Amino acid sequence: MSAVTSAAAPGTELPPGRMTYREALRESLREALRGDERVFVMGEDVGRYGGCFAVTLGLLEEFGPERVRDTPLSESAFVGAGIGAALGGMRPVVEIMTVNFSLLALDQILNNAATLAHMSGGQLAVPLVVRMTTGAGRQLAAQHSHSLEGWYAHIPGLRIVAPATVADARGMLAPALASPDPVLLFEHAGLYASEGEVDDTPVALDGAAVRRPGEDVTLVTYGGMLPTALAAAEALEAGGIAAEVVDLRSLRPLDEATVLASVRRTHRLVVVDEGWRSGSLAAEVAARVAEQAFYDLDAPPERVCSAEVPVPYAAHLERAARPAVDDVVAAARRTVG
Amino acid sequence: MPSLGADMDAGTVVEWAVAPGDHVHRGDLVAAVETEKSVIDVECFEDGVVERLLVPVGTKVAVGTPLAVIAPEGATPAPTPAPTPALTPAPAPAAGTPERDGAASLPRATPPVRRFAERLGLDVARLPGTGPHGTVTHADVRAAASTGTTARTDTTDTTDTTDTTVPSPTPTVPPAAPAERPRITPYARRLAAERGTPPEALRPGADGVVRARDVPAGTGATPTRTPRPTPQPTRPTTPPSPRPAAQGMRAAIAARMTRSLAIPQYHVDSVLELGAPLDRLREVNRRLPVSERIVPAALLLHATARAARRVPELNGHWVDDTLVPATTVALGVVVSLRGGGLLVPTIPAADELTLSELMAALRDVVARARTGRLRTSDAADAGLTVTDLGETGGHSVHGRIFPPQVALVGFGAVVRRPWAEGDLLGVRPTVTATLTGDHRATDGVVGGRFLHAIDDVLHDTEEWS
Amino acid sequence: MIPADAPTARDEAARALVRAGLARIAPGPDLDALEDTADLRDALELDSLDFLAFVEQLSRTTGVRIEEDDYPRLRTVASAAAFLTAAGVP
Repeated sequence: MSAVTSAAAPGTELPPGRMTYREALRESLREALRGDERVFVMGEDVGRYGGCFAVTLGLLEEFGPERVRDTPLSESAFVGAGIGAALGGMRPVVEIMTVNFSLLALDQILNNAATLAHMSGGQLAVPLVVRMTTGAGRQLAAQHSHSLEGWYAHIPGLRIVAPATVADARGMLAPALASPDPVLLFEHAGLYASEGEVDDTPVALDGAAVRRPGEDVTLVTYGGMLPTALAAAEALEAGGIAAEVVDLRSLRPLDEATVLASVRRTHRLVVVDEGWRSGSLAAEVAARVAEQAFYDLDAPPERVCSAEVPVPYAAHLERAARPAVDDVVAAARRTVG
Repeated sequence: MPSLGADMDAGTVVEWAVAPGDHVHRGDLVAAVETEKSVIDVECFEDGVVERLLVPVGTKVAVGTPLAVIAPEGATPAPTPAPTPALTPAPAPAAGTPERDGAASLPRATPPVRRFAERLGLDVARLPGTGPHGTVTHADVRAAASTGTTARTDTTDTTDTTDTTVPSPTPTVPPAAPAERPRITPYARRLAAERGTPPEALRPGADGVVRARDVPAGTGATPTRTPRPTPQPTRPTTPPSPRPAAQGMRAAIAARMTRSLAIPQYHVDSVLELGAPLDRLREVNRRLPVSERIVPAALLLHATARAARRVPELNGHWVDDTLVPATTVALGVVVSLRGGGLLVPTIPAADELTLSELMAALRDVVARARTGRLRTSDAADAGLTVTDLGETGGHSVHGRIFPPQVALVGFGAVVRRPWAEGDLLGVRPTVTATLTGDHRATDGVVGGRFLHAIDDVLHDTEEWS
Repeated sequence: MIPADAPTARDEAARALVRAGLARIAPGPDLDALEDTADLRDALELDSLDFLAFVEQLSRTTGVRIEEDDYPRLRTVASAAAFLTAAGVP
């Protein structure tokens, strides 16, 4: 299954085992649709159009309109329908175009999906997967570019994952569908075209990954900021600073053990988060480190987050608003002193 | 007592803003009442003249209880003297007070602020107010307290009343700027505590912050051969020991070596030729990344561990007048610390490691020893200890046994010496190996055999893997 | 005119690299006081593991592979800097 089997898949041919993030997501959907007849895909333009970011391209032709369903433009309605289907024994994968639009479905997600297992005393499960695009960098302006996954990570009853690598994009859907809890899967818009190796190993939903080892400073990040953090680590290496890069992968639950173990080795923390700084996931990570590894810290924790403005449209302003490699390098240098 | 909230049953009058005889109007603030939640100013409902205050300051009464009697304007006030309690803090009609006109009955400060000022010996009447209508706020009092004594109450006013009744100057407010607290990172503070360095002895780096690297290294972490068994190294459960750890380490070394004095010890030594082994090591290292290179000290340790397998009599403990042989080769390694002192962590099952594995183990354990981060596994009981003076040390070392062990192997510096090979003389790298044995457990001949075994292992290429 | 033996900017940079490498292994007043021509293993009391760590650090930050046969050229800060500049660093 690791080869790219894509009659309808567009784009360049890649060697077997190597594919784009977009193709990896599509492969995982295809695998789920083939392997479990309870699985179906639903959302705006996921069928005929092939998905706003072309993730579902070709699936309608392959699996038919019963299982790849275009919906009306009502997030509240189709997420609610997904919850109902999940309660009824199906395994829906709902796509929301961007996280900004998911706010229209927030009532369904928070008041129904996240609560029903608890309010029914465990009698009901909502094995729903909601995929959505997050993040800036493509000049889609303030109504399509925000990073609100931190808000969702605030909500008990949900699992929040953010695949940052092609392998994670390929491997996270299967365990998400297997989970009895609703899972929100955040795909960063800037990652769809990235390429990488995949294998068929499913990915655990709650473990962070050390993407690069180092002993001088820990860079904690996730999703679309992973490439930035890795590039920063590369730049730091040239200056003699060995940065360890921890990819959270799961934003709820947070794998704090991995983060703490790393900070206890490096004694310095920089959190790189595309969300806004105030009340961010970065704040949560920094707080937990301060609570639990205070005596291991050799510098105040640093946070590199987006500027607290609605993401601007103009390319140079958008660039300036997002965390850049230089910002991460500077923060890491400050911690090393 | 008005109801100042749905859940209010009772309230305490904490201040009267009016006195009998005062003219009051609807909406004037006449009193301050403390509820469960806060202090609230009470407005007057009527116009008139205050005739009597019914509830003294400090008294708690139920909602609905009359607080005062107000006579309609023009009515003849009852001449009865008001039972004004002595406690009532009159609004200080001193010369310097604001004139009592329209805002006459506005207190200068809320009661908590007033009490706060009193505790600091300040008179709110003389403080500049930045609150609404010029009232004095908590911040104003704090600012006045930190800038000096300009607004202190006259001593004549306070000595006999306020000061004696107020418990003590508040500890909650930093009076003036105290000596600046040194900026030490939590990790550096912890390291300093572990190493016995008092915080005031730490010198900050260029940015004025003391970080881990500014804490003097290796002034000793723990006593000899009992490295800190610390599975959770994050919690400094005890405050820094008042006695510097370096002294503790010296004391531990002293105690152990003094105990060692009671052991009847013998010494054997032998010069080992290292030409071929070091050539081979250079060959191996050429093919390895720098990070995996093997140092000669690791080679000597490796040979010692394997020799202990061949001559097991020197690997064990002397317990109750008997030699208890060790079942594995757990090798103690003497690690000298920068700045003095030493630690002896253990490499368990050292004879089962390949040369590269032993090198890795050595690197790790030395690094942990020198950063004060030894683990419980590093503190396992060694059966035999090795001390290596290293390349800049002396030519040979005749060490003392670490009881209850029964032998100690020592290596001097690797030096080039004239060496007879057959009838020819050449110059070869050599090392002087020494063995100190417990004469109760073994005799010199065993020690000699052990050194010979080390030599054999060094030249036996099959032993390297 | 610059005398032929005056330290160039490259020399300075190379020495800074060497000292930065040493600072990772043996920070402290001894290093601050270390003269460019002093035997650094003696002055800083480096054992073979320390020295190997120094070599590794230097190799990592400069990208120069340092063979064991090169160790004698790393005897002092000055000679190590000369070794680096000869290898094209910085």
